[in-house]
Amino acid sequence: MTAAVETDTAIGKPIRRKEDAHLLHGQTNWTDNIQLPGTVHMAILRSPMAHAKITKLDVSGALKQPGVVAAYGAKELGDLNGGVPCVWPVTDDIKMPAFPALAIDKVRQVGDCVAVVLATSVAAAVDALDSIVVSYEQLPAVTDMEAALGSGSALVHDEIETNACYVYKMPCGDYEASRAKADVVVARRFINQRLIPTFMEPRSVVAAPMGMSDEITIWSATQIPHVLRVLLALVTGIPENNLRVVAPDVGGGFGGKLQCYREEILVTNLAKKLGRPVKWTETRSENLVATHHGRDQIQDIEIAATKDGKILGLKVTLLANMGAYLQIITPGVPLLGMFMYPAIYKMDSYDFTCTGVFTNKTPTDAYRGAGRPESTYAIERIVDELAAEIGMEPMELRKKNWIKHEEFPFTTVAGLTYDTGNYEAATEKALAMFDYDGLRAEQAQRRASGDPVQLGIGISTFTEMCGLAPSRTLGALKYVAGGWEHCTVRALPTGKIEVVTGTSPHGQGHETAWSQIASSILGVPVEDIEVIHSDTGRAPYGMDTYGSRSLAVGGQAIKAASERLVEKARVIAAHQLECSASDLEFVNGSFQVKGDPSKSQALGAVAFEAFTAHNLPPGVEPTLQAEATIDPEDFSYPHGTHLAALEVDTETGQVKLRKYVCVDDVGMQVNPMIVEGQVHGGVAQGIAQALFEGAEYDDDGNLLTASLADYLIPSAADLPSFETGSTVTPSTTHPLGTKGVGEAGTIASTPAIINGIVDALRHLGVTDVAMPAAPQTVWRAIQTAKGGAK
Amino acid sequence: MAHISVKVDGTSYQGEVEPRKLLVHWLREDIGRVGTVVGCDTSNCGACTVLLNGRSVKSCSVLAVQADGCEVTTIQGLADGNDWHPVQTAFKECHGLQCGYCTPGMVMAAVDLLSENPTPSESEIREGLEGNLCRCTGYHNIVKSVSYAADLMSAGPAKGAK
Repeated sequence: MTAAVETDTAIGKPIRRKEDAHLLHGQTNWTDNIQLPGTVHMAILRSPMAHAKITKLDVSGALKQPGVVAAYGAKELGDLNGGVPCVWPVTDDIKMPAFPALAIDKVRQVGDCVAVVLATSVAAAVDALDSIVVSYEQLPAVTDMEAALGSGSALVHDEIETNACYVYKMPCGDYEASRAKADVVVARRFINQRLIPTFMEPRSVVAAPMGMSDEITIWSATQIPHVLRVLLALVTGIPENNLRVVAPDVGGGFGGKLQCYREEILVTNLAKKLGRPVKWTETRSENLVATHHGRDQIQDIEIAATKDGKILGLKVTLLANMGAYLQIITPGVPLLGMFMYPAIYKMDSYDFTCTGVFTNKTPTDAYRGAGRPESTYAIERIVDELAAEIGMEPMELRKKNWIKHEEFPFTTVAGLTYDTGNYEAATEKALAMFDYDGLRAEQAQRRASGDPVQLGIGISTFTEMCGLAPSRTLGALKYVAGGWEHCTVRALPTGKIEVVTGTSPHGQGHETAWSQIASSILGVPVEDIEVIHSDTGRAPYGMDTYGSRSLAVGGQAIKAASERLVEKARVIAAHQLECSASDLEFVNGSFQVKGDPSKSQALGAVAFEAFTAHNLPPGVEPTLQAEATIDPEDFSYPHGTHLAALEVDTETGQVKLRKYVCVDDVGMQVNPMIVEGQVHGGVAQGIAQALFEGAEYDDDGNLLTASLADYLIPSAADLPSFETGSTVTPSTTHPLGTKGVGEAGTIASTPAIINGIVDALRHLGVTDVAMPAAPQTVWRAIQTAKGGAK
Repeated sequence: MAHISVKVDGTSYQGEVEPRKLLVHWLREDIGRVGTVVGCDTSNCGACTVLLNGRSVKSCSVLAVQADGCEVTTIQGLADGNDWHPVQTAFKECHGLQCGYCTPGMVMAAVDLLSENPTPSESEIREGLEGNLCRCTGYHNIVKSVSYAADLMSAGPAKGAK
C-alpha cells in the first residue's frame, strides 16, 4: 500500500540546522548549567595507584570541614554502593568480576573511586577531600596484556584466578585448508592503540528528588537516557517508574557517553538518601582517567593468497584490553569488529579468536566505530602488505578481490549478508577527485631523484556494519537488550507537529533531519515540526544514539509513524469531505478528492477536527497521533574509498597530510550538509588515531596522558581541509534507503594514513609504522629499516 | 574575599569573590552567564574564550579579580538578544558546529581573529584558532565559517544581518 504520495519533499536538501540558533547564542542547557536550590556537590577521592590494597580509609575528617554535608567510603555507603552493570556477557563462561561504584578494599586502576564528599559548593567538596585519611599497600600493576596471561602474573581480580576475561572463537570455513593452498601467506602484528574519546563537554550529572511525587529526575550528559533509566533502576533498586532521565544539551559523545557510569549511580543514590539535589561535573583530568577508553587491541593477522593476488583466507587473533573492569559493553566491542575483518573481500575461510584481558588500566568500551575501526585498520593494512609481497598495485589487488556490484546481495565468509554496495563507483570517483595517476607519477619522480621528502599514497576501501541492530541478532550474540527504535507523531490542533523520537542526539542534528523526514511525508513545513527527544518523561520509549543507528533505525520509525498518521487522518478527512477514503489523495499536506481539487482538507484542519471531536466518523477516537516501533530487518553497510597523499620527511620523520579525498556511500541522504559534516569529523578522529593520539601508561599503570596538555587531540592547525564526495546506493533493507554515517570517516581514515606513510617509505625497507605516527616514531622506523639507530 | 565590579555583556555586576576564583567560574556560578563553558583544566581547549576589553582571553586563565574594572563580552552578548553577529550567521550557514560545546569559545576567538585580520587566508585561520579545540567538525567547516564571516563583515553589516 502506498500510504502517502511524497510531495515537495524536504528530504535531500542541505537545510540549515534548527539546533544552531540556541547553540550560537549561548542559550544552552548543558547539565552543568543546572543549579537547583539546595544542591550539594559531589567530589571524588580517586586512587593515585593502579593496583593497591586500601589499608586504611577514614572519611571522618572531611565531615568537620566547612560546608561538608556528608562523606562516604564503601563501608559507609553500604547497600548504596551499587555495581556498574555490563550488559554483554559474550560467552557462557565469561568472567564478570564485581565493579562497585566505590572501591572495596582494593583499587584496580588509577582513577578508581575511593571516597566521596558532598558539600554546599564544589570548592568546599574538593577542599575537604584533603581531610580524608587513606593508606595504600601497592601491588604489582598488570599493564601488559601478554604478560597478564602468563603464569605468575599478578591478578587484577584475585577471585577469578585469571586475567583472561573470555575467549571467543568464530571459525568460518577451513582456514588451514586455505593456508595450505596458498602461494603466499603474510602475517603481521598491528597495535591498535588505546584512545580516549575526549568529547568536548565533560560528563556531568544532577539528580534531584522532585518533591511532588517519589520521582527522582536525573539530568546527565549521556547518549543513552532510556537505557540509563533501565540500568539505574536495576542497580539502585529505585523503581523504574520513579526515575526520569533527561539528557539536555549534550556536547559530543563518540561512544564515551554510551555508559552507565559509577558517578551516575552514586549521584542518583545519594540524592535519594540525602533528599536533596546532588550534582557532579568532572574536570577534564578526571575525564581522561575515568571516562571509558577505546581500542587497545593487539592484532595478529594472517592473510593467505595465491601469487596472482586472489585472497583465500584470513586468520585474526586478538588480545583485547578490557581494562580493570567490565562496563556496559566492554567485552562486546571486539565482536562488533569480528564480523568485519573480511570487509569488502571475497574469500573461502576466516578464523577469528579474541581473548579479553583484564589489566590495571581504565576500562575500555565503545569509542566511535567500536570494533570496526580496529578491524578495518587490520584488513586494509594487511591487504597493502600482501600487495607489496606479491608486487601488485594495491588498488588492483583490492579490485580483484572485492565484491562486485552485480554480486549483491552477498553473504560474506563471516555470515553477514550485505544488501547493496558499489565499490567500483565509489572508487572510480575517488580516484578521479584525487588525481591518483598524477600523484603516483610525482611519487616515482621523488623516489628517482632521492628527494628527502617522499610522497606516499594511502588507500582505504572500507565497509562497515551499522544501524544497530536487529534485536534477534543481538540476542544471538548474548547482548541483553534489543535494537529497535520508536517514534510517535502527533498532529496538534493548531497545525503543528510533534515528532517524539527515541534517539538521543548530541551534535548530530536530529531535530533538523527528523523534521525533514516527517515534513516529506506529512507535507508540513520543517519549521512547523518540533522534535522531542532525550527525556524519558516526554519521549518514553527509545534505544538512544550510538553505532550509526539513529537514522538507519530511528528514521524508519519516523517514516512508519508519519505514514500511519496520514492513514488515520485520511479516514477523518473522508468523513468531513463526504467521500470514501480511497477517493482521497494526499498532496502537499492536504487531502484532495481525486478529480476535484476544490474539495480538500489540510492535515492541520483534520487535526483540529480530531481535537474537537464534534464530527468524527463512527468508531474513530479523538486526537490524531500515530506511533511505530521498528526492529530493523538487518544491519546496514555503508562503504567508501578514502585516499590520502602524505609527504614524509625522511630526515626528520615529520609527516604532512597534503591531500585527503573520500567518497562515501551512505545510501540515501536526508541532509547532505549534515552528512558531509559527519564525514569531516569522523575523518579527523581517524587521522588523529594515526598521527596524534594515544593513551600512554607507564609500567606502574600511571596514565601519562592525563590532561589535554598531554593527550594530543588535533587543532585546526594540524589538519587540512578534506575533499568529500559521495555515491548513493540505497540500502534495500532500510525503507528510507539510508545506511548511517556517524562512524564512517573514523573507520576509514586511519588505515589510509598509515598505508600512505608506509607507501612513502617502502622503498627504504619500511613495512610498518606504529600509531600514532609521531615524527620520532617514523624516524625510528626508517632508521631500523636502514639497520641504523634503534 | 575581594570586591569586584565588572561589566558583562552590557550589564554591570558587583560582588565579593574568593581571590582564587577563575573568571569563567564567576561568570557561570555567580552571575549566571552559563553560555560560556568549561572544557578543560589546563587552558588547552579554549571553550571558555571571551573578550576582555575587546580582546580574546581564555576565561579559565584569568582570575575574576583580574577582571575588576573591565568589560567582558561573552557569546551571549555578542549580538543583541536574538540578533545575529556575522560570525554567528556564518557558523550556521557553513555548518561550523555540531554539538556546539566548543562553539562559544570558537566564535569569540574568531571574532578576535577577524578584528586583527579582516581577510585571513585558510592557513591564517587555522593558525589563529589553534588554541580552540573542536572534536566534532574536523575544523573543515569552522575554517569555512570564519572565511565566510570575513566576507560578510567586509560587505558591511547589512549583509551580515539575518
